[in-house]
Amino acid sequence: MIEVFKGGIPVIPTLDRWYEEFKLQGYGAMIPFIGIVRPDNGIDGLSFDLYLPMLNKWFSKWKNLKDARIVMAHSFSDVKVGESSFLCAVFTTHRQEGFKYLEEFVEDFKANAPIWKYDIKNGKRIFASDRAKKLPGAGILS
Amino acid sequence: MVIVEFLGPIGKRPLKLKVNTIKELKEELNKDESLKEWLKECAVAVNDKIVTSLDVTLKEGDKVVILPPVCGG
Repeated sequence: MIEVFKGGIPVIPTLDRWYEEFKLQGYGAMIPFIGIVRPDNGIDGLSFDLYLPMLNKWFSKWKNLKDARIVMAHSFSDVKVGESSFLCAVFTTHRQEGFKYLEEFVEDFKANAPIWKYDIKNGKRIFASDRAKKLPGAGILS
Repeated sequence: MVIVEFLGPIGKRPLKLKVNTIKELKEELNKDESLKEWLKECAVAVNDKIVTSLDVTLKEGDKVVILPPVCGG
């Protein structure tokens, strides 16, 4: 199950909890990725909508890997510049396969996870259409 | 009746429609001018599974969601 937080993710407590949970399960590497909201184009932060039924369904294919454990958290609603909206960690026996999984996982996440991002600027919530990717079958109703 | 939800930035309230296929859904939604630009970009899921064919049939109580381009992280 994906962990969701309203607003910025508590980075260190979450990573600490994941580390404690999996440190004695035979993994030799924990590779965290902490996505930080950048102060691009004068934004005050980002905001997110999630569609949880399909988000959890998307994540299920990453849940039962034989040689790795992947955990992730994502924010909904507003996240300020400097806070984290996306946090994940990959546990593997050795670091090499962990880095590979991390890259594949984040790429798949960016392309397929049903999440919508908005810039927050001058109190307005503006859909980040320039960074958004169409899902498979997009345009079928057009 | 099927329930149609518009996700993310579309900002439209859910609809209940009498449609039997995705093709009929397409015809119905294209009557709404405010949706036309979105429909060019959006994917469709039936009961939370993405569909890519207009021939998919719909049954009473199905939930259809309209998904704009995504951007997590």
